Amino acid sequence: MIPNEPRVTPQLVAEHGLKPDEYEHFKKMIGREPSYTELGIVSAMWNEHCSYKSSKVHLRTLPTQAPWVIQGPGENAGVIDIGGGLAVVFKMESHNHPSFIEPYQGAATGVGGILRDVFTMGARPIACLNFLRFGSPTHPKTRALVSGVVAGIGGYGNSFGVPTVGGGVGFHPRYDGNNLVNAMAVGIADKDKIFYAKATGAGLPVVYLGSKTGRDGIHGATMASAEFGDGAEEKRPTVQVGDPFSEKLLLEACLEIMREGCVVAIQDMGAAGLTCSAVEMGAKGDLGVTLDLEAVPTREEGMSAYEMMLSESQERMLMVIEPGKEAKAEAIFKKWGLDFAVVGRTTDTKRFIVRFKGDVMADLPIKELGDEAPLYERPFAESKKHERLDPASIPCPVTIAEALEKLIASPDLCSKRWVWEQYDHLILGNTVQRPGGDAAVVRIGDGPKALALTTDVTPRYCEADPFEGGKQAVAEAWRNLTAVGARPLALTDNLNFGNPERPEIMGQFVYCVRGIAGACKALEFPVVSGNVSLYNETNGRAILPTPTIGGVGLLDDFTKSMTLAFKSEGEAILLLGETKGWLGQSAFLATILGKEEGAPPPVDLTAEKTNGDLVRTLIRDGILTAVHDLSDGGLLVALAEMAMASRIGAALEAPPPGLPPHAFWFGEDQARYVVTVPAARLPEIEAIAAKKSVPLWRLGRTGGDRLTLPGERPILVSALQALHESWLPAYMSGSGG
Amino acid sequence: MKSAVLVFPGSNREGDVARALTRITGYAPAMVWHADTALPEGTDLVVLPGGFSYGDYLRCGAIAGRAPIMDAVQAHAKKGGLVLGICNGFQILCEAGLLPGVLMRNAQLKFMCHDVFLRVERSDTPFTRRYNAGDVIRVPVAHGEGNYIADAETIARLEGEGLVLFRYTSPEGKLDEAYNFNGATNAIAGILSDKLNVLGLMPHPENHIDAAIGPTDGRGLFESVKAALAA
Repeated sequence: MIPNEPRVTPQLVAEHGLKPDEYEHFKKMIGREPSYTELGIVSAMWNEHCSYKSSKVHLRTLPTQAPWVIQGPGENAGVIDIGGGLAVVFKMESHNHPSFIEPYQGAATGVGGILRDVFTMGARPIACLNFLRFGSPTHPKTRALVSGVVAGIGGYGNSFGVPTVGGGVGFHPRYDGNNLVNAMAVGIADKDKIFYAKATGAGLPVVYLGSKTGRDGIHGATMASAEFGDGAEEKRPTVQVGDPFSEKLLLEACLEIMREGCVVAIQDMGAAGLTCSAVEMGAKGDLGVTLDLEAVPTREEGMSAYEMMLSESQERMLMVIEPGKEAKAEAIFKKWGLDFAVVGRTTDTKRFIVRFKGDVMADLPIKELGDEAPLYERPFAESKKHERLDPASIPCPVTIAEALEKLIASPDLCSKRWVWEQYDHLILGNTVQRPGGDAAVVRIGDGPKALALTTDVTPRYCEADPFEGGKQAVAEAWRNLTAVGARPLALTDNLNFGNPERPEIMGQFVYCVRGIAGACKALEFPVVSGNVSLYNETNGRAILPTPTIGGVGLLDDFTKSMTLAFKSEGEAILLLGETKGWLGQSAFLATILGKEEGAPPPVDLTAEKTNGDLVRTLIRDGILTAVHDLSDGGLLVALAEMAMASRIGAALEAPPPGLPPHAFWFGEDQARYVVTVPAARLPEIEAIAAKKSVPLWRLGRTGGDRLTLPGERPILVSALQALHESWLPAYMSGSGG
Repeated sequence: MKSAVLVFPGSNREGDVARALTRITGYAPAMVWHADTALPEGTDLVVLPGGFSYGDYLRCGAIAGRAPIMDAVQAHAKKGGLVLGICNGFQILCEAGLLPGVLMRNAQLKFMCHDVFLRVERSDTPFTRRYNAGDVIRVPVAHGEGNYIADAETIARLEGEGLVLFRYTSPEGKLDEAYNFNGATNAIAGILSDKLNVLGLMPHPENHIDAAIGPTDGRGLFESVKAALAA
């Protein structure tokens, strides 16, 4: 078609990440050899990142429905109804590959991309969260990656003006060559003013908005769909550069033209930029789209059609504008100093046509570009089951006090203050619970409603048993929301795995998804949006399977939100839920004994539901004074966290007979909470728990300035605090690790 | 009282301060676009809010300090009108020459968001009459460039004329480098103009006004302004 383009050769096809059979299928679909631009377009549409070709058949099994779900997966973000005419719009997305190659910009544009997904739907972002995993602290690259990623997340969110209220940070050698950056954004919209990507009506102007198009990010999505070898850093030019200032302007301009009724359809230009957004708008509306690339605002001279179609320059949007409203929309964008250009039209031909300088550079069937993307039912193998470890067989080489001190200062369980203090978590003035609790709590406007938000997964559980690990990730998110008193409503998932072409990796994916599906169903906690990130491996070594769950819950009255800090002296401390002393895959085993062994704790979803519902009711009825979910590190770590948050100690009683003390204090049995009540209400809560058949165990009393355990030396809360706060700052300053 | 909150491209705490003004003074401020050339008739207080005006890609506040609306702000200040610059607003006031000195990158080279303790150095100003001199208030900071620096002569003058209004201190009000988290000269968190009508400060009193959310030590500043204007 175009004489001066490079000829499409098998090598060029391979460089675009297309398998020979995929290319043959494409040729058959269009009935001829594609042009270079067309090859670029199809590689952008059919890579793993955009097409979900390995994951789709399994994602379809996830529960996505509930009476309060307005929009499930498939749009820019999920939407749920929270009453009062309001909707919550939220999603989580990975920026793993770019953040490894260029940590600051990779992380920053991850935040920018997810914020755009949310405000594209007409919502104003009110909070961000993230979930980060890095390699071993002793790996030479880790410190620089932590520093760059954290600065990038802060750099973007702080400037954009949305509070970053929660997240998770952890370390494991399996992330050495592939760190994870999962970013989540949450917004609020009027539920009858949600905007979608689906275009309606032929002959309408397709408008380009936002920043100019440059050469950054070309092949970003393709890069993110491949594993790394040595020299991954050479892929740096495929990482986009973020401009939070432009994004803030884009937010205000988009919300303004939406208010003015100018918008028919809107799609942000994320992965695969102009290509993906134009195809999606057309395909969803059963329409064609014709683009004229001369009109595209560019920031570099001499860009080719191919480059414009594949650029992943940030802070750009594509819209179909209501006929006759172009002038109004343009005036609003000019006021905000942003580019506005009519770059095409919708058509009734269902063809995706790209014209440039009088030539047709691409002419493809628009539906098939999306619908006929390859779909794989990849072979998968179930992971080898690990044996259940008998707690009596596991030694405790140190005292309970020493084990606690070690755990609380370990890289995974230490305070992450160094990280979240670099994020503006207070802007907008609605942060009811700051980072550091079970879930962040963010008031909606002046209240009384508030959202509880959390991100969770325990990758070492998923590695040892993908099915139970998938269940546990959902259950823990649900439990964290419950612990602050919220009713869990829905979740977004960010599924990070290795190379799906390996059956054992595909098996991890399949069983994690099955576990997630089971837990979602049992807990009435549907998936409304998500993202899959595969090929997180370097030189054949994959990351731990990491299906991150971002949970959203609702509090009817933010003033009733519960915190984990002890409230006063002399209160009764109770353990709610059953304790078997499960040490398999526990933080105790990893940190104290240096082993990752055994089966992870199984999740009894019925007990989760019963126990969680009871905790929520007790919070609502004002019986509880503090609540903390039990997770990594088990009971004593949770108690220490409650003490440190309040600077109030506790006198703890001896563990029940029949369990080794370290299994009682550090076991990671699921479906458990530590709660406190005023001593006078002890009989009342014991009667309620007995009626519901929920196990309740008296742990002791709050008070003093230290934790005391029978037969152990007392542990000063202030000393624990110092240990807890010291590891990360020391490591980042180069003296720890 | 009539207040005006300036909105520059990249401002992001304009809503927070507007909410504080509305709640505490009972009057919603006018939101004034940076490209305007006049303040609303009868404006008593001009607020330059926090944020990242123009992305702060040049020196913080450098472009905003030269925005069209700033001539009107200069005139307002000159005739004794109240001007309050918070965070990026403080940086803009320095760039516009309404306050001396400059805000450099924090000593530890990181953006920092946490509560700090400020000692109120005097209460005979329009911004602090509802506090007592020596009070220690708890308010949050959220900035990467709040390390106040000026030449020795300027610092001596600010100190000599009592123009330092807020200092980072310990919870007990003691000067302690451990609490001067951004490395500011003499732990300076906020300064006044010669006529005491222009205040620039790095912390965000507007984020600590709501007992349902947290501490309320920031209210006093807005209550002071209201009382000063009513007097």
